[in-house]
Amino acid sequence: MTVAVVQFGGSNCDRDAVRALRYLDIDAERVWHEDGLPADTTGVVIPGGFSYGDYLRAGAMAARSPIMQEVRDAAADGKPVLGVCNGAQIGCESGLTEGAFTTNKSARFQCEHVHLRVERADTPWTENFEEGDVIEIPIAHGEGRFEITEERYDDLVDNDRVLFRYCDADGNVTDEANPNGSTHNVAGILGERDSVAVLMPHPERATLPDVGGIDGESILTGFRV
Amino acid sequence: MTAYTATVTVRLKHGVLDPEAETTKQALERLGFELSELRSADRFEIDLEADDAAEAEERAESMAERLLANPTIHDYEVSAAPAAESA
Repeated sequence: MTVAVVQFGGSNCDRDAVRALRYLDIDAERVWHEDGLPADTTGVVIPGGFSYGDYLRAGAMAARSPIMQEVRDAAADGKPVLGVCNGAQIGCESGLTEGAFTTNKSARFQCEHVHLRVERADTPWTENFEEGDVIEIPIAHGEGRFEITEERYDDLVDNDRVLFRYCDADGNVTDEANPNGSTHNVAGILGERDSVAVLMPHPERATLPDVGGIDGESILTGFRV
Repeated sequence: MTAYTATVTVRLKHGVLDPEAETTKQALERLGFELSELRSADRFEIDLEADDAAEAEERAESMAERLLANPTIHDYEVSAAPAAESA
């Protein structure tokens, strides 16, 4: 009974994710990608970092490693799967979720606290929130601009797949509150199932009270069985 | 089987913002160059053995579809030609 935090060469938020989950009394362990998912895996975190040095495109290499087929199978079985930052890029590249995360509009790496508006409050990741709630979570990425064709975006909206949008402190979704130029301020989306989510902000960095901010805690409790 | 070099060129779809190209353009302008627009692309040269150019292209196209390009944001072009004599 464990949440597998998948470590690739270049992952760097794997320890943070394990620590945050254990703090929430959720059993978690780091799993080296070549070892495959443990038999008792109850959920999967694809953590942040710079897997394979972001070669080709952020997440492109890791998305095509054999363990990702196991992750897709786990997702199809209904196990919770969360991709954070580089894990979100890997999630999109591997087909767990739609769209792509690419170079920030600013062309700069951005490391700052942002506000997110909760677009869906009936998923495992957001059941402690109300729709429209504003939460504060840090981002740290150079390639976090969500891109998708307009047609596919309309499908995302029609199917209620948008989980979080960048907003200001009052919950207004504006260009000024969009840190990276993401299409319609999208910060996080759901996969085919509500139990699969990817987001650029780091909930594991907003869980331990000593680190500052605990709005990420409710997202990670999506792994409670 | 003949040695071919397949070339895959991957570029952002028209209309997709390219902040790196914009930054490069600004840097050229700071150096005093005059230009209206700058686009960048990735070019992959793949040496492979194939029966003919069509097969070489087909295999390179699969590589583009599976890995080299991301269909959400990229278009790509593939061509193949007999490999240059190696030195």
